[in-house]
Amino acid sequence: MTGFVHSFQSLGAIDGPGIRFVVFTQGCNLRCGCCHNPDTWKIGEGTEYTAEDVVKRAVRYKEYFGSEGGITVSGGEPLLQADFVREIFELCHKEGINTCLDTSGSIMNKAVKALLKETDRVLLDIKYTNDILYKKHAGCKMQTVLDFLDYLDIQEIPVTLRQVIIPSLNDNEENIVALKIIAQSHKCVDKTELLPFRKICQVKYDKLGIEFPFAHIPEPDKETMKRLNDILA
Amino acid sequence: MEHKNWNGFAAGAWQEEINVRDFIQKNYKAYEGDSSFLAGATERTQALMKKLQALFALERQFGGVLDIDTATVSSLTSYSPGYIDKENELIVGMQTNRPLKRGVNPFGGMRMVRQACEAYGYKLSKKVEEEFRFRTTHNDGVFRAYTEEMRQARKCHVITGLPDAYGRGRIIGDYRRVALYGIDRLIEEKKKDKSALATAAFNTEQIRLDEELYQQIAFLGYLKEMAAMYGFDISKPAANAREAIQWTYFGYLGAIKEQNGAAMSLGRVSTFFDIYIERDIANGILTEEGAQELVDDFVMKLRIARHLRTPEYNELFGGDPMWITEAVGGMGEDGRTLVTKNSYRILNTLYTLGSSPEPNLTVLWSNSLPENFKKFCAKVSADTDSIQYENDDIMRPIYGDDYAIACCVSAMKVGKQMQFFGARCNLAKLLLIAINGGYDTTSGMHIGPQMPVLSGDKLDYDEVMERFDVYIKWLSNLYVNTMNIIHYMHDKYAYEKTQMALHDTEVERFMAFGIAGLSVVADSLSAIKFANVQPIKNSNGFITEFKTEGDFPKYGNDDDRVDLIAKDMAHKVITELRKTPTYRKAIHTLSVLTITSNVMYGKNTGATPDGRKASAPFAPGANPMHNREENGALASLNSVAKISYDDCRDGVSNTFSITPDALGRDEDERITNLVSILDGYFAKKAHHINVNVLNRETLMKAYENPEEYPNLTIRVSGYAVNFNKLSREQQREVISRTFHEAI
Repeated sequence: MTGFVHSFQSLGAIDGPGIRFVVFTQGCNLRCGCCHNPDTWKIGEGTEYTAEDVVKRAVRYKEYFGSEGGITVSGGEPLLQADFVREIFELCHKEGINTCLDTSGSIMNKAVKALLKETDRVLLDIKYTNDILYKKHAGCKMQTVLDFLDYLDIQEIPVTLRQVIIPSLNDNEENIVALKIIAQSHKCVDKTELLPFRKICQVKYDKLGIEFPFAHIPEPDKETMKRLNDILA
Repeated sequence: MEHKNWNGFAAGAWQEEINVRDFIQKNYKAYEGDSSFLAGATERTQALMKKLQALFALERQFGGVLDIDTATVSSLTSYSPGYIDKENELIVGMQTNRPLKRGVNPFGGMRMVRQACEAYGYKLSKKVEEEFRFRTTHNDGVFRAYTEEMRQARKCHVITGLPDAYGRGRIIGDYRRVALYGIDRLIEEKKKDKSALATAAFNTEQIRLDEELYQQIAFLGYLKEMAAMYGFDISKPAANAREAIQWTYFGYLGAIKEQNGAAMSLGRVSTFFDIYIERDIANGILTEEGAQELVDDFVMKLRIARHLRTPEYNELFGGDPMWITEAVGGMGEDGRTLVTKNSYRILNTLYTLGSSPEPNLTVLWSNSLPENFKKFCAKVSADTDSIQYENDDIMRPIYGDDYAIACCVSAMKVGKQMQFFGARCNLAKLLLIAINGGYDTTSGMHIGPQMPVLSGDKLDYDEVMERFDVYIKWLSNLYVNTMNIIHYMHDKYAYEKTQMALHDTEVERFMAFGIAGLSVVADSLSAIKFANVQPIKNSNGFITEFKTEGDFPKYGNDDDRVDLIAKDMAHKVITELRKTPTYRKAIHTLSVLTITSNVMYGKNTGATPDGRKASAPFAPGANPMHNREENGALASLNSVAKISYDDCRDGVSNTFSITPDALGRDEDERITNLVSILDGYFAKKAHHINVNVLNRETLMKAYENPEEYPNLTIRVSGYAVNFNKLSREQQREVISRTFHEAI
């Protein structure tokens, strides 16, 4: 089977446990204001690869994975190409490579369920803990994502919750407490990471000639990140 | 044979013959624990280090050289003893009579010494000029024998940095022998070797060795005199840890007083010292704090070692390096690790004394190293950017488990092998000369076989390769012969008496050749093969530019189409070099290493088909060209790992810079991830890596405000430098390199 890939990153040290080979799939169903990969949005662009080709590339980095690392499929939104990603993961498992899925959790169907059977860990982006913000700045319902997380809990798939901290939107105590409650109420969540909002992607927006929706928002400072992490702990 | 100073050591062959390895194997205690036992710097250490910091600051203010003794030729006993603070030093000995004062050493060549003095506002004394008036230096000898073609190759920079006007270095004396055996025993053994020679046939080889042994014995005597000036009798074996370190250091000090070689490496002393330290601790005469103090004091001495160089020399080897390389860790042939507590202590000096380029701490990495030690190394790397790693798992099968690294990446068995250093040839320039049929557009010189300039609107891969082969053959032969002259003359006029006295009498020799511009050549050939390269001629009909259309695979992306071009190129060069016999039957070896000369090589090379502009720097060593890596750091590492160590036994250097954010979210993650990267890279049979964990912004700030970053250390190409000691041009090049960042 073939799918559309935006790019590969041979050294992923912050997208899942250990050293990871990261595949960025092309195409996304959301339009998040903080997105740092606007070049992965359009569906049908990118380069077409077979699942075998992708896995052949990943295998070249097996020596670096150690006991923790492996492959991470990110995007774009990988769930849009669930069958393709499932096949990548199946082949990876045959090679003894650990699989990690970085997703917004905004799509659920039969193909996604089949994919999750081959997924060793999900990095789930909880954009906000408030449905109004979700609809306004991501373009989906919060409940869809929570349902996705419930499903992961039932399937007992380990989850890392991730949230990008965006000043003025979710850099407050209330949000972090809510996030903590979501984490605590799902046994599958064993880690929660707060990622500071970064603006180095501005150049990508400029290149594409589209407006960076959060261009006006500053990056959070170190103190804020520390304060929020302390609340989370 | 017995000696009271050996009490408590396990007996072995080492007592009957000079065999330091056997002593280590019979006596060392492997350590697999973590770093929690380490002690910090004592008040004494801190006070002494403060004095040094003040001297370093003064040296910087004086433009890089604090003082020169222009009236005394550097030798083992030519200066009165010097100290930093006599009362408070645990290990003593200085190159001249004052710290950071540089001596003059004209045996390699007078011109270099004169120019170096003048560059810093001094004038070489009449006394020294007079002393050397009727004396042939190494440099004189070489230029008497150089052919016209050799001079031309040198002049147009197709072969550069040759040790024909300065000491060749890259020889490691087994300085540990001084401590283990004492000078008298070493002299006795050399005398035995000399009398054994008397029964051999008196041919050139034998007569030369006979005279060399005479010199070796004489210099062992001077070494004893030198130590006596500092109040030590080193005729007998060292009795404790402090003496073992002091005796060993005297051996090294004698070598750097006698020779101003490019790289004056230390060898592999940490685990050797550990045996003495363990014995003293067991006997209750040394504490952990005391052990760290001894190592700290020793390392302080190494940090003030200096040689006098010219500005041109600094262009090739930036940052005033000595390459006091110490190989740390590794595994033994019996499967035990050679990591000891003292391997930790020497790395710990980067904390107790602060980060520093010297000594050039080189970790011999094996997949089997204790996990605790791997993690400690990764932590030190992330904190200090001061260490490099080399693959013990590919070197140990060749050199055994008592080898060390000379300079950056040159492995050799300590005291049993040495090398004839040979800098490097500029492969990218050679490609341009080949395309132009024996004409160098940068210097305007005709050189090599003369042929028509390649014709046609588009460069044809097969045609270019066929042409390139002719010129590789030509240059390889010329290069070997040039080296033969250089090393014949160096042996004749500037023989390393102290260092060779600390070798076995029968040594194995390497002749180390090098290539620069490998990534430029690989990408250029890839462009010719996979894209459309149109040569553009100047008014004289020579090709000076290229118009490259279309995409082509670039080295550094783990793409075999181009990576194998690089690999094959190294193979081709060493194969051609092997066809010309070497002086003293040395074994041909090859390195892909540039030091900082990648900037200078680039400056002297025209535009290349890969799109590199005329005069633009090359990538250092075997690195891919800056910012051509599109698939991230590991793809880049995989590309470099394909260059075969079998072809490049003198080392394949790679410098890797990554931002802390890209390596992990917290310190623990960064350490574990760096260990995984090193394990993976070396499992791919790669040879060497410099690791920098830092942000480009830090370097840019240091570039703008150097005074705020006096101790900023970074790894460049097989060694580390104080960033502020690089030239502005070299600094800009370092800043422009690929930093692997988080996206």
